[in-house]
Amino acid sequence: MDRDDGVLEAPYRLEYTYQRSTGPVIGRFLTGLRDGQLEGVRTAAGTVMVPPLEYDTQGAATGEAVKVGPAGTVTTWAWVTEPRREHPLTQPFAWALIKLDGADTAMLHAVDAGSIAAMRTGLRVTPRWRAARTGSIRDLECFIPADAASAAVADAAAAAPSVTLFPSPVRLDYTVTAGHHLSVYLRAMQDKRIVGGRCPSCTKVYLPPRGACPTCGVPAAETVDVADHGVVTTFCIIRIPFDAAPFPPPYVAVAVLLEGADLPIYHLVRGIEPEQARMGMRVKAVWVPDEQLGPTLASIKWFEPTGEPDADRAQIERHL
Amino acid sequence: MSRAGHRHRDVAIISFAQLPPVARDAARDEAELVQPVVNQALAEAGLTRKDIGFTVSGSCDYLIGRPFSFVSALDGVAPWPPIAESHVEMDGAWALYEAWVRLQQGDVDTALVYAYGKSSLGDLPAILTTQLDPYYLAPLGIDGISLAALQARALLDSGRASERDLAAVAAARRGGDAAALLGAAYTVAPLRAHDCPTVADGACAVVLAAGDVARRSARKAWIRGIDHRVEPHQLGSRDLTCSPSTTTAAEHAGVASLGAIDVAELHAPFSHQELILRDALGLGASVSINPSGGALVANAMMVAGLARIGSAAARIHDGTARTAVAHATSGPCLQQNLVCALAAEVSP
Repeated sequence: MDRDDGVLEAPYRLEYTYQRSTGPVIGRFLTGLRDGQLEGVRTAAGTVMVPPLEYDTQGAATGEAVKVGPAGTVTTWAWVTEPRREHPLTQPFAWALIKLDGADTAMLHAVDAGSIAAMRTGLRVTPRWRAARTGSIRDLECFIPADAASAAVADAAAAAPSVTLFPSPVRLDYTVTAGHHLSVYLRAMQDKRIVGGRCPSCTKVYLPPRGACPTCGVPAAETVDVADHGVVTTFCIIRIPFDAAPFPPPYVAVAVLLEGADLPIYHLVRGIEPEQARMGMRVKAVWVPDEQLGPTLASIKWFEPTGEPDADRAQIERHL
Repeated sequence: MSRAGHRHRDVAIISFAQLPPVARDAARDEAELVQPVVNQALAEAGLTRKDIGFTVSGSCDYLIGRPFSFVSALDGVAPWPPIAESHVEMDGAWALYEAWVRLQQGDVDTALVYAYGKSSLGDLPAILTTQLDPYYLAPLGIDGISLAALQARALLDSGRASERDLAAVAAARRGGDAAALLGAAYTVAPLRAHDCPTVADGACAVVLAAGDVARRSARKAWIRGIDHRVEPHQLGSRDLTCSPSTTTAAEHAGVASLGAIDVAELHAPFSHQELILRDALGLGASVSINPSGGALVANAMMVAGLARIGSAAARIHDGTARTAVAHATSGPCLQQNLVCALAAEVSP
């Protein structure tokens, strides 16, 4: 995608598919939720903490489980008019800290109050349980005003093992930007040009260009064209198949020092048996057909040997 | 002098530079955000890279979704030949704390501290959810504005502030008329848009010096004390209407020994948090609060706390203040707080 400021951007999703182990204290609470029960834990000072933690705020280990609720009292609240994707309810709702009956600390959850006018600090609320429960804080769908509650009792749970693990996925969506210098580099690719950036101080040509010369501390802003051929500085042979592999193994990945550049770029070499790959080999870019060119390094399909005599090691030594 | 009577090595902030915060800076990558502020801070300090004994930064890779973005940012510092460097995945104010501790060792006299943040690439409320308790809070998907709204309601319920007081803070920082602001719709009630921070992309840098380098420096704001304290992560175990960790940090930073405080730069991303912090620090009406505009007006994530310290120091540098208190916060509802006491004169 292209914005009017000339900077390339693209959607990007970061996901972690973690599971979390609960430990005995949190596991007992989540097991209780799955079974339709609310439990706190007694602290060394004799108070009841909900939701339970392993240690109290003074650092003392907490002890026995204590039944609490199911009803409770709102101690503070906030009204959401436009729920987010991650929120527990899709209609406008309140977040609330709720002190369950028998507890000394308040827990966070959502209250499905219908309207902001129905919410107040001190409101009595009671849980609305999900029918299908797995051992999660979201087994409580939300709380509802107590006077609206017909049946706050959860369905009896079948005997099942204690909760020790639960899925804890993270999903974050970004629109990443390439920045000015990388955008210039990527855009040139669609014209079969390779553009580097020269540091005015050390005169080194960076590929891709970058806004900051890491040795001189000044912008490496002057753009210069570099050749689409150069010398292999180092290489490796991939022999293990994996999902994103571009070819069936074995194939060769190389660092290529293009003529006119001081830093190598990383790409693939085809057109030789892997065993023939070597440092100093001269190679040339093979571009995709013109109609497939785009602002991406993938505009170069791969590199192929030119057949010219290899470069001396002295020519690449500084770039290893 | 700390409260315990242990003599610290005197350290001064000798320069501060920041980018004007903007809503979106798509053209610059992290190194390009860092490079201009580092160059400017060094130039104002009259130092070069070679003169710096220790470098430390604060940033958060989740903001741009790129692992080790803080390593990429190092290009902006020109870390060659190899430098002594560290990083905190926090606001740069905590990087400054690390630098101050490092200078206490006495073998180096200078430190460069910088911070950068680029929130425009991601969905900040969702990113901030990932810093929460993964068992009881993160699965509910509660976002930073909702958490702040719970705190604001608790403060209103306590009777110590009204929605008009919140609007007055917003009007003081943003300009405008408090009464008119109250006509706006709620964002997450009881917070309105003017009560919530204007999120920005930005960067800033500070140079610290000790010993002869500090004494020779043209500008110096002496760090008379610095401390940070944290509160329980479980929201229900806290009194959200006050900030005991700020009060404790201020005690240990020796704020009381400053005498009259001219300026306070408070890292209050939300209007009600400025009221809580003023109470926690016991700041009277004579104190000029957030003359920089503060984090309500420009909340560059991971930058705004260090920028409070830098902005307070700049007031001492330009002679408009003799004493200043700077504050930085981290986590939901002012969970963790850092207080730095600054003065034009070195510790007696």
